[in-house]
Amino acid sequence: MAFVEKKLPANASAVDKGLAWVDSRFPLTKLWNDQWGKYYAPKNFNFWYIFGSLAMLVLVIQIVTGIFLVMNYKPDANLAFASVETTIMRDVPWGWLVRYMHSTGASAFFIIVYLHMTRGLLYGSYRKPRELIWLFGVGIFLCLMGEAFMGYLLPWGQMSFWGAQVIVNLFGAIPFIGPELSLWIRGDYVVSDATLNRFFSFHVIAIPLVLLGLVAAHLIALHEVGSNNPDGVEIKENLDKDGHPVDGIPSHPYYSVHDIFGVTVFLVVFSAIVFFAPEMGGYFLEANNFVPADALKTPNHIAPVWYFTPFYSILRATTSQFIYALEIGVVAYVCMIFFKSRLAGLWKTIAVIAGAAIIIAFNVFEAKFFGVVLMGVSVMILAGLPWFDQSPVKSIRYRPSWHKYVYIVFGISFLVLGYLGVKPPGVWGSAFSLDIAQTVSQICSLIYFGFFLLMPWWSAMGTFKPVPSRVTFHAH
Amino acid sequence: MSIEEQVDPGRRGLLVATCAAGGLAGVATGAAFVSTFQPSERAKAGGSPVEVDISTLKPGEKRTVEWRGKPVWILKRTPEMMASLDKTESKVADPKSEKTYSMPMPKYCMNQARSRVEHKDVLVVVGVCTHLGCSPGDKFQEGAQPSLPDDWAGGFLCPCHGSTFDLAARVYKNKPAPDNLDVPPYMFLSDNKIIIGKDENGEAA
Repeated sequence: MAFVEKKLPANASAVDKGLAWVDSRFPLTKLWNDQWGKYYAPKNFNFWYIFGSLAMLVLVIQIVTGIFLVMNYKPDANLAFASVETTIMRDVPWGWLVRYMHSTGASAFFIIVYLHMTRGLLYGSYRKPRELIWLFGVGIFLCLMGEAFMGYLLPWGQMSFWGAQVIVNLFGAIPFIGPELSLWIRGDYVVSDATLNRFFSFHVIAIPLVLLGLVAAHLIALHEVGSNNPDGVEIKENLDKDGHPVDGIPSHPYYSVHDIFGVTVFLVVFSAIVFFAPEMGGYFLEANNFVPADALKTPNHIAPVWYFTPFYSILRATTSQFIYALEIGVVAYVCMIFFKSRLAGLWKTIAVIAGAAIIIAFNVFEAKFFGVVLMGVSVMILAGLPWFDQSPVKSIRYRPSWHKYVYIVFGISFLVLGYLGVKPPGVWGSAFSLDIAQTVSQICSLIYFGFFLLMPWWSAMGTFKPVPSRVTFHAH
Repeated sequence: MSIEEQVDPGRRGLLVATCAAGGLAGVATGAAFVSTFQPSERAKAGGSPVEVDISTLKPGEKRTVEWRGKPVWILKRTPEMMASLDKTESKVADPKSEKTYSMPMPKYCMNQARSRVEHKDVLVVVGVCTHLGCSPGDKFQEGAQPSLPDDWAGGFLCPCHGSTFDLAARVYKNKPAPDNLDVPPYMFLSDNKIIIGKDENGEAA
């Protein structure tokens, strides 16, 4: 097709003419309208719908503060600790502010992302046709975990060092190749300068590149299929004469204003933490990390930063006795699939074989290996959500009331796992020769996995409420 | 069929061959990048044996030295400490040290005390927990204390996940750590001088 220069009347402003010149060569206006300006979002968004925008804001904060931190940081085992604690925190004018924004931003990112995921869970935002949005989101979550973990090594404090030591050694639990694999990851017999340098490279360039790509994919997919809403109603099924959803409003200016308000509230809280409680009582920055890394002395209590602790608790809960409970669970689950599912015979056979293989593996390999496996699965299982959920409605509003209790029990288990993960082992003492905290975290782990794995059954059970054809909305 | 729709088998064959050769070169280059992750020559050279003088080490005292970047403990056990090993024999997961963690168990230490017979009281172990690589702390005091059972016989406690070890560094049953602490190859050069990382059979692998 021949190139057509977009013509504007002679008296058009210079800005309009310039924009027309660009639009003929690059779809600038189209991009803006598709992605935000004329993107019709449901008009019944509530409080939960602020966290996507806030996550974008925090991503920008992390990238900008990160760029400035790299200007003064030294990725060298002999210099790293001092470059953070002396150069950045004391010598560089306002360096402390940039650093505290970055460290607080890391925790803020996880708070926001966990709330963003909770929203998806409550309103079924991962259901068809939004499966890919959810999968890109899971990818973003994995990248964030990688960023947080590798970034935490960089200050080269005791917690940085020993946290990395523990996590890298997780790979050592893999049968046959494990020890070689963790040696390869570290590049030395212990976490050392080589490890610090490669983690630095991953933290500042490799993972951020992947992360940005995934964020773009997440947004493009979202703006293609359209946003879900608290009612779980597809607004594209009711279009007005212009072809816009009747229950939709253009993101600009409506949600621009909404989000700016949310950003303001967020920044008030964020600034309060940065200025008054950057360590957040040891939860955002752990006290032991103000001691330089020492390969010969493990701190008395090692705990990951709070956002990893639910998964870490699952790792700790997997003892050789817990394996017996897991074996019973696997057998029960295979029976469920065999007798209580409508899967084809082939899949049932595969389930039985897989179950048998898992039971054999339980008896061959060490509990330590399964701790690592379960920790990995506990994160990856999120990716299966669009297919586990079989309920006829998306939103929790129209599910049977008792479903709310299922979510509450799941939520509490997740929080208890998180709490126990920051505490030292045996924090609640013992009863009947059982470590109470350990037993509780084992029960919570079972609830965590049960919530997802049994979802195909429980999510379809009960009396569902009628879903309205239009969103519920009260003008204010 | 018009000429545009016909496949020229000669050219198609060349195309496949070129893509295969190019792909191979790509994979080979990738392998080179993967290899850069291995320990450097300098890191490997850092693994030479270490000599330690233990003349000042009193009974009941522990010293930590660095070997291959890892803490190696030298604990001179008192007769009471040695006696505790009989009490813990039934409580530890692998009393005979049949399983190993990251290095083979030296034959001359395959006994209850996990030390050389000529200096049975001197325990030499790598102070790295076999669970996830933390360094366990000393808990030589007997009896009830936080995070430990009431009938504690003295030993080590890993701060990370609560694995406990007796005074021969054998792991207790049903703990996250699967194996006893590693015993490195070592030998006595004289009564008060130990070399770690080397024995009669040569240097550690």
